Amino acid sequence: MATLAETAPGTLQVTDRKSARAFVDTHIVPYADAYDRQGRVPEELLERMTAAGLWAPFLPRETGGGGMDLVTLGEVHEEVGRGCSSVRSLLTVHTMVSWAVQRWGSPAQRERWVPALGRGDVLAAFCLSEPGAGSDASGIASHVVEKNGGWVLNGVKKWITNGQRADLFLVFARTATSIGAFLVPRDSPGVEVTPIEDVLGTRASMIAEISFRDVALGPDALLGPSGFTAGMVLTGTLDLGRYSVATGSVGIIQAALEACAAYASRRTVGGTLLKDLPLIQAKLSDMVTDARAARLLVAEAGRLKDAGEASTIMATWVAKYFASTAAARHASEAVQIHGANGCGHDYPVARLYRDAKVMEIIEGSNEIQRITIASQAEREII
Amino acid sequence: MSGNAKEQILDFVRARYPQAEIDETQDIFALGFVNSLFAMELVMYIEKTFEVTIPNDELKIDNFRSANTMAELVDRLSPARV
Ligand SMILES: Cc1cc2nc3c(=O)[nH]c(=O)nc-3n(C[C@H](O)[C@H](O)[C@H](O)COP(=O)(O)OP(=O)(O)OC[C@H]3O[C@@H](n4cnc5c(N)ncnc54)[C@H](O)[C@@H]3O)c2cc1C
Repeated sequence: MATLAETAPGTLQVTDRKSARAFVDTHIVPYADAYDRQGRVPEELLERMTAAGLWAPFLPRETGGGGMDLVTLGEVHEEVGRGCSSVRSLLTVHTMVSWAVQRWGSPAQRERWVPALGRGDVLAAFCLSEPGAGSDASGIASHVVEKNGGWVLNGVKKWITNGQRADLFLVFARTATSIGAFLVPRDSPGVEVTPIEDVLGTRASMIAEISFRDVALGPDALLGPSGFTAGMVLTGTLDLGRYSVATGSVGIIQAALEACAAYASRRTVGGTLLKDLPLIQAKLSDMVTDARAARLLVAEAGRLKDAGEASTIMATWVAKYFASTAAARHASEAVQIHGANGCGHDYPVARLYRDAKVMEIIEGSNEIQRITIASQAEREII
Repeated sequence: MSGNAKEQILDFVRARYPQAEIDETQDIFALGFVNSLFAMELVMYIEKTFEVTIPNDELKIDNFRSANTMAELVDRLSPARV
């Protein structure tokens, strides 16, 4: 395999928001609309992301990772989300699986997968949703049976981000007693990947349906504890995914704001710049305010994660709910500010609008978020 | 140590479920409170508060049934005190 230096010589290392912003402005922003139209992220960008150390910089240094704290990781994902939600989605699912293996893996599982996931030599996808079950994870039908000390997996997963390209799938399936998480290499016999094309948003995130037919797995495929605590693998992994989607939603608001500020400063109607019209100013002011508010909620969730505080889980629900709904609102207003130009290919706002809608559905839909946050209401006494 | 741990764990559980009356022996699973979100919060709370890491083989339902069993888990995982 070619070394990083060979695949993308001179690529800037991403270590914080500033370097992420520079990477995104150079390598992602100019091409994001093309990715959207082509329905995929080119291999060249994936290699550049590898060279920049973008895939899982939060992994501990002793595993070859960068030891990045989660506040900074959130800032990096926000920047990537500002450039392209499809690319951020690839990072999100890879982050989820990398974290899960590091957090719940046995020493052997960590040794086998973590360094490769950290470098991006192995790209990962998170496989929970099915044709018949999304919000209700307990409704999944994929299942394993124990055989010869290992497992045999059967089932179908749908809407799997990066399913078209990932090398490793983290698959949730029923066991005899509960739900378990299984590490399934893509090249396992019985795995079949069918691309899902032409989706509404995050169109370049290489989504797939994946079927598993009598896939034989070794005993080391099961990740983490079995029994009641298996749900924690799912909860913990989704929590980090939700955090990443929240940061990406802030990125969408920021991108909408930047596009609108630029457009409103140039476009005139009846001799007046858009930015001087009170109704347009109202939209811009709400974008500025919500971008800041969402960013603060995300930073607070990240700070609590870094501190190991249990309250990060609810803080992340709140941040994701606020940021994703604000992103959908402001992306819609961004199209409005651009008028007909907002509906065409010359400006990024149509893409932002489609991508933002997805943020209200993934990693806990709006409805599920509100149900979960409402359960906090009686404890919300300060 | 475990007396203190027991109280702290009970405070945490009571704060999450203020409407419930819970004592140190009560099986919180039998009371129907525990979903996977709360289980994750409990694990994070115990790891952070008592500076322990709960290994996968200790993540068993019986260790988390009551404040008593959780305090025993904390005792087992804490470095021996002199
Ligand atoms: C672009 C994209 C990428 C995705 N990537 C992945 C991935 O990588 N891995 C993966 O596993 N999945 C992925 N998904 C699937 C995603 O996680 C699910 O779409 C999501 O969990 C919602 O499930 P569902 O679509 O089955 O909707 P359903 O669960 O069928 O819900 C339908 C509607 O009912 C609402 N609803 C559900 N329950 C309730 C309730 N109790 N009260 C009120 N309303 C309710 C929902 O909010 C929703 O509006 C992706 C989806 C999209 C669109």
